[in-house]
Amino acid sequence: MEALTWTGNLAVLNPILGFAFIALLACTAATIIAGFFVTTGGAGNVATVARTPADVAAVALNWSLLAVVAVLAAYLVGGLLMPTPQARGIVGQISYQFMPVWIALAITFALSHLFRARLGLWGKLMGSTIGSIGAAIVLFWVFTAFFADMIVTHDPLAQLSGMKNKVPGTPLPAPEEGMFEWYLLGGDNLARDVFSRMVAGSWEVMQIAPIATLFAFMVGITLGVPAGFYGGMFDTILSFIANLILAFPVILLFYLLVTPEIVDTGLPSYLAAVLFVFPIIFLVVLFNSKFHTQPTQNSVILSVILIGGGVLYLSLINEEGGVLDFIPRWMDLFDVPGNILIVFVSVVFVNSPTVFRIVRGIVLDIKTRDYVAAAYTRGEGPWYTMLWEILPNARGPLIVDFCLRIGYTTILLGTLGFFGLGLEPESPDWGSTINDGRKLLSVYPHPALPPAFALMSLVLGLNLLADGLREESLKD
Amino acid sequence: MAIFILRRLGMMILTALCLTFIVFWLTNLYPNLEKLAKSEGNFRMSEEQVQSWLDKNGHGDPLLVKYGRWLGVAPGWVYEDEDGTVRGRCIAPGAAPEDSATYCGILQGYWGFSTVFKENVGTIIAERLSLTGKLMFWVMVLMVPSALLLGVLAGMREGSRLDRSLSTFSIASTATPEYVSGVIFIAVFAASASPLNQWLKENGLIEGRTLFKGTATSAMENATLENFLLPVLTIALYGMGYIARMTRASMAEVMTSQYIRTARLKGQSFGNIVVKHALRNALIAPFTVIMLQFPWLLNGVVIVETLFNYKGFGWTLVQAAGNNDIELLLGCSVVAVVVVLVTQLISDVGYVFLNPRIRVT
Repeated sequence: MEALTWTGNLAVLNPILGFAFIALLACTAATIIAGFFVTTGGAGNVATVARTPADVAAVALNWSLLAVVAVLAAYLVGGLLMPTPQARGIVGQISYQFMPVWIALAITFALSHLFRARLGLWGKLMGSTIGSIGAAIVLFWVFTAFFADMIVTHDPLAQLSGMKNKVPGTPLPAPEEGMFEWYLLGGDNLARDVFSRMVAGSWEVMQIAPIATLFAFMVGITLGVPAGFYGGMFDTILSFIANLILAFPVILLFYLLVTPEIVDTGLPSYLAAVLFVFPIIFLVVLFNSKFHTQPTQNSVILSVILIGGGVLYLSLINEEGGVLDFIPRWMDLFDVPGNILIVFVSVVFVNSPTVFRIVRGIVLDIKTRDYVAAAYTRGEGPWYTMLWEILPNARGPLIVDFCLRIGYTTILLGTLGFFGLGLEPESPDWGSTINDGRKLLSVYPHPALPPAFALMSLVLGLNLLADGLREESLKD
Repeated sequence: MAIFILRRLGMMILTALCLTFIVFWLTNLYPNLEKLAKSEGNFRMSEEQVQSWLDKNGHGDPLLVKYGRWLGVAPGWVYEDEDGTVRGRCIAPGAAPEDSATYCGILQGYWGFSTVFKENVGTIIAERLSLTGKLMFWVMVLMVPSALLLGVLAGMREGSRLDRSLSTFSIASTATPEYVSGVIFIAVFAASASPLNQWLKENGLIEGRTLFKGTATSAMENATLENFLLPVLTIALYGMGYIARMTRASMAEVMTSQYIRTARLKGQSFGNIVVKHALRNALIAPFTVIMLQFPWLLNGVVIVETLFNYKGFGWTLVQAAGNNDIELLLGCSVVAVVVVLVTQLISDVGYVFLNPRIRVT
């Protein structure tokens, strides 16, 4: 088997890409320099003003950017159309592997555009360029995580002999029947497929980051809303504790919580037992405050939450052979691997004080509004006012912060992986893979780069999405 | 004002005591002590031997007593061996017990003894901190002016093309954590296999094999552009985006204010307005942000020093935490916590000084 080239049959496009790229760089520089000295003319204004050099540079910038994007898109689309891996090249083949993701993305965006008017904030997001680019990048990784099993070309943990540190596109020396015959992005120092590990890593991130952020929000909201609403001693103590945790350097905290010796004492498990109660408390208070005047309905809702949530909670914290092992086997629905639970807990623990402070600040602001006073006059209880009057009105900034915080959590997970804490060393998550790759970075840079770019693009997507959401929610 | 600062100082000391106590508690949990006993004594110790080793070395006492000793408010432990030699926390090996102090802790300036580096913790930390100080100094020199410049340029004409491209750049830089940008920098500029370096080499533009060095170990004695730029750039880039965005927001807000309009109406040039009128007010908010960036920079320092093998404070922290070096880890956390708290204090007090609209009662 021959090694794959980067662009396969589409190599004819390479010089075009090169020219477009140089033009893009030149135009960017020109625009920035022109931006200092020349004011822009009135392109499109009623009064016709001659175009200044700054305008010309800007138009050229747009065109060269378009050219670069078009060529890059041609590589990706070309990959889908070409018949064989050799013709597709590495880029085309990767695009081909991502076929389920492209289809899912196309369907999502088509539907979103079709029903824009009825989709609320999401529909409005489709109207902003930054926001929809962000949403596309985030959805790309979500779908990748979802279809990871279809996308990977090899088992992310399998080590194939002769593929150690091989460069991208290297063919397997002895491929078995039905096996994909190349390592698309090369092999790492244990001869595993870099591409498959990157794809499998997205699943590791997606199963922890959003849920951990959600839990952090539950904790932060459950404590922050009453702290801001009541103030007083309760607020002082909680704020002090929150500041205490925030003053800890994150890495020191991770080292203190995640080392095997501390895990032996069961500290993370107890912490999990405390932190995971909050969602149940939150839901119970939320519905009880609304439905306590209708006892039948209330008892049905509460029993569903308490029984359902309780079983989930117990199965979550109960670990066979761990420090918390007290419920009968049949009740333990699922077992979260110990490592993931610890990582999860420490990330929630680090994030919740910040959420607490944000929520508290917003509540302090909102509680002086007239509709809160109106709810009081109506005779609503304090919890109803907090959770059904104040909280829904705080959703704008909270949604924006939620997006940013998933990104931050992703960075934290990567940090944990980078220091080899928490997840098992075999794990394909991006942080651990970067950590593996960095040891031989100056000789073999290729194993560390794909996970690094993956992590960067996901966080960038989340930040752009948050930016778009902020812009759209400010328009209201 | 004085009362405000005093109250903040009191709060700060309370926080520092709480935090150090938490770290002390976590590092002195039994499994950690057991590991310490086994690594200091021998690895095949039985349960009882571990216990007796701990008792002999002052680890067997209640937690609060040990914390008091470490702090220097409780007398150090003293133990008489079977052969009659007296050892103790405050007794240096070979020194007579009578000449030694009764109290020795942080307050007396004794930080403990590192089991990994076999040296006084105080000495190690002072030496490492000066190295990290050098790194931070250059990070600040690079980061603060460029972040402010980016923010001011983007914020002076909100919504312009310059604003949009600079804002995108700042978003991208906040989305790139140090371990990602560091890895990319090394792969591009410091890997012999990278196309850039091969091209430069072929054309004889560089003498060595790479443009920059992938390790900063040599920068500890002699920092040059070649071995120090990449680590400095890596830390600066991550913090830069955030400061730039804050500066931009503050600048954009100032530019819409009444007095700027007045300045425009009386015919001032745009450059004059930005430099003479807007800048001073626009830089109040970023000051707080820059100060509050220190805790984040601390994170960056740990990552970058590990990645570039620069043996400063962050590297020491990782070594201490990874090798169960309890006293060194405690020393590191004291420094980290104090840095965070002091910068918070400076940022609060400085904000009041800079912004005449804020009054403290």
